[in-house]
Amino acid sequence: MKTPRASRLAAAITICISGALGLSACGSGFAGSETKNSSDAGSGPISVLIGASGEAEGNAVKSAVADWSKTSGTEASVKVASDLVQELSQGFASGKPADVFYLSPDQLSNYAANGSVEPYADTLANKDDFQPSLVKAFTYDGKFYCAPKDSSTLSLVINTDLWQAAGLTDADIPTTWDELEAAAKKLTSGNTVGLAFSPETARVAAFFPQAGGSLLSSDGKTATVNSAENVEALTFVKKMLTDGAVKYSSDLGAGWGGEAFGKQLSAMTIEGNWIEGALSKDFPNVKYRTVELPAGPEGKGTLQFTNCWGIAADSKNKPAAKALVEQLTGTTTQMAFAKAFGVMPSVKSAEAGFKKEFPAQEASIAGVEYAQTLPSQPGAADVLKDFDAKLASLRTSDPKAILDSLQTEMTATLSK
Amino acid sequence: MSILTRNTRSTRTRSSGTSRRGIRGNQNAAGWLFTAPVIVILGLFLVLPVLMAAWVSVSDWTGRGSPFAGGTQFVGARNFEAILAGGGLAERDFGTALRNNLYYVVLVVPLQTVMALFLAMLVNNRILKGRGFFRTAFYFPSVTSTVAVTVLWLFLFNATGAVNKFLSLFGIIGPNWFQEPAGIFHLLARNVGITDAPAALGSQTLLGVTWWDWLSGPSVAMTAFILMAIFTTSGTFMLLFIAALQNLQGELEEAAMLDGAGVWQRFWYVTLPMLRPTLFTVITLGLIGTWQVFDQIYTGTEGGPAKTTMTPAYLSFSTAFNNQQWGQGAAIAFLLFGIIVIFTLIQRLLLRERVNVPRRKRMNPEPSRGRKL
Repeated sequence: MKTPRASRLAAAITICISGALGLSACGSGFAGSETKNSSDAGSGPISVLIGASGEAEGNAVKSAVADWSKTSGTEASVKVASDLVQELSQGFASGKPADVFYLSPDQLSNYAANGSVEPYADTLANKDDFQPSLVKAFTYDGKFYCAPKDSSTLSLVINTDLWQAAGLTDADIPTTWDELEAAAKKLTSGNTVGLAFSPETARVAAFFPQAGGSLLSSDGKTATVNSAENVEALTFVKKMLTDGAVKYSSDLGAGWGGEAFGKQLSAMTIEGNWIEGALSKDFPNVKYRTVELPAGPEGKGTLQFTNCWGIAADSKNKPAAKALVEQLTGTTTQMAFAKAFGVMPSVKSAEAGFKKEFPAQEASIAGVEYAQTLPSQPGAADVLKDFDAKLASLRTSDPKAILDSLQTEMTATLSK
Repeated sequence: MSILTRNTRSTRTRSSGTSRRGIRGNQNAAGWLFTAPVIVILGLFLVLPVLMAAWVSVSDWTGRGSPFAGGTQFVGARNFEAILAGGGLAERDFGTALRNNLYYVVLVVPLQTVMALFLAMLVNNRILKGRGFFRTAFYFPSVTSTVAVTVLWLFLFNATGAVNKFLSLFGIIGPNWFQEPAGIFHLLARNVGITDAPAALGSQTLLGVTWWDWLSGPSVAMTAFILMAIFTTSGTFMLLFIAALQNLQGELEEAAMLDGAGVWQRFWYVTLPMLRPTLFTVITLGLIGTWQVFDQIYTGTEGGPAKTTMTPAYLSFSTAFNNQQWGQGAAIAFLLFGIIVIFTLIQRLLLRERVNVPRRKRMNPEPSRGRKL
């Protein structure tokens, strides 16, 4: 009876060999992160990973990076990711991430917590030029991690043709909640509703500061999601939605507020600077103007969005990566980006030039003064996603109950 | 492996009496040599990643560098605890994903199996003209990529899409399919005047989800995905049923006909029992496929509206990649694996041929308890 035993032995050997082969094949990647030296002197080409809003953005970044590559003599390549977060995570896990990449504030906290990104921004030559609110957005654990690449704020976008057709004039431009409601009602006719926006926190939360509320306390240490101010704001949003003059873009069969606005399913929408590029590309015939969001009982309020240029802690050539970021956040490059895809520069030195060049974006610049950013501590993105989910059924639910349950979730992320 | 052992055994019986180290003495070694490449590839790309994932699910790996590097600590069942009893968002998300997928499975598997069998019977009919055409037509959705079909579905089920236009011909105002988070059982309850959770159902929770929400049924958005799954996979399983139907001997059917059995009786008492092994295959594959649904969600809705199309597979992905909670993501994957195994065992138990059926009453010549798999 030796045959079965022999075959079993052979099986065991084969499995061992294949296992050993497998481990040694992966070995190079496994051991890598520990033995890597982290000295600052580096060499080698720079890879840039971005998530572009469209072709214009991809091309603009590519040409800016190519310019830098030519003057610095360091090879650099740009890759446009289809799913940025997934590709970034893959890179960090394998120990071979892209050197320079787009990073949003909520992702920053995750990657900073596990040490994947390099806190380099404090050593940049132009670090004092960045707008303070943006610096705050990219400060984690007291360290200014990465250079903000641009910014956008939400404003009210108005279709001027529909505005005039409804008999409204410049004097009717809404500056208060009541006027917003009144204008929306007048603009509603046929297939067009007065105002539409995406059913997400990133739009609805703009009403909170207008009522004097916010999602976090100003020091960012306590959750203030279910404050009386926020309940008031959300109740107002619910009232507008149930009255019929205001709808979610999804209810109109549109993917986002800009699409509903472009298709003239709504006469007004709440969107950021990026709507400019989308409208001129997909709906060039729609005439519009942007104004500041109307003030609530406690004054003006809006939300600010931004991304930064992250540098990987595992990058093999950090000095070159930093030099590239310095150039990309420089005044000239940022103005070129503003022209190419409609974002606002993140540096104060470009503000005057931007105002002169893009007078139509006056409202967005004005918003920077009083804008809030969404919470970005680890786990906050998940809570905001849960908020998105709850906003979908806001019309049939109790605003206070929604905010109460989010308060519990938000508090849980802060106590971690 | 089983082929190898069987060969060994037959070799031994045939060569019994002669020397063991005969002409086929080195066959075993050769056999292992030839299978080694496959074992290496499977080991490298299947066994090893599974073992890595198993380690990640009980570790605090943060997603940077290797999970086997020094900084990663063993945390026991903490990741599983957060999902199953954490009391927080992670638990509620898992409960929601489980509910969504459960309704998906419970509706898709029976419907697609019945549909596949029905189509197979149709195109297996010898009288049918243009059988080839219909077979191709029914099979076509299966060879189309899920992403393409998902995009098609998003257009068809748009608020102003073709489906709603069609419904409006009958005076029905269709829902805004992929944006409607209300469960269909909740909608039915609303029709009979129940709009809020009865106190008994609203307060008690399982996995962070109230019983009232467990009973919501699939959301309207999920229903569209359910229709899509039936549309795309019925063709695949139809093929399996056709193959099985063509293997059946016509004599039995003729004998039944002579005995005066009607169409329905012949199907129920003759054809269906003989299809049992295929039925087992189809249902098993269906269960595994439906519990792992991911592509449609990733390309179509990303779990929305209101998380009603989120499935454990998608939740595992987004927990790991988007939230950097790699341990919890891997833990969800293993829980999903456990669920699939349990469901497969249950259906195996249900489909088992009753041993106490008298031999003469069996339509199958011999019991075929799972042998085909």
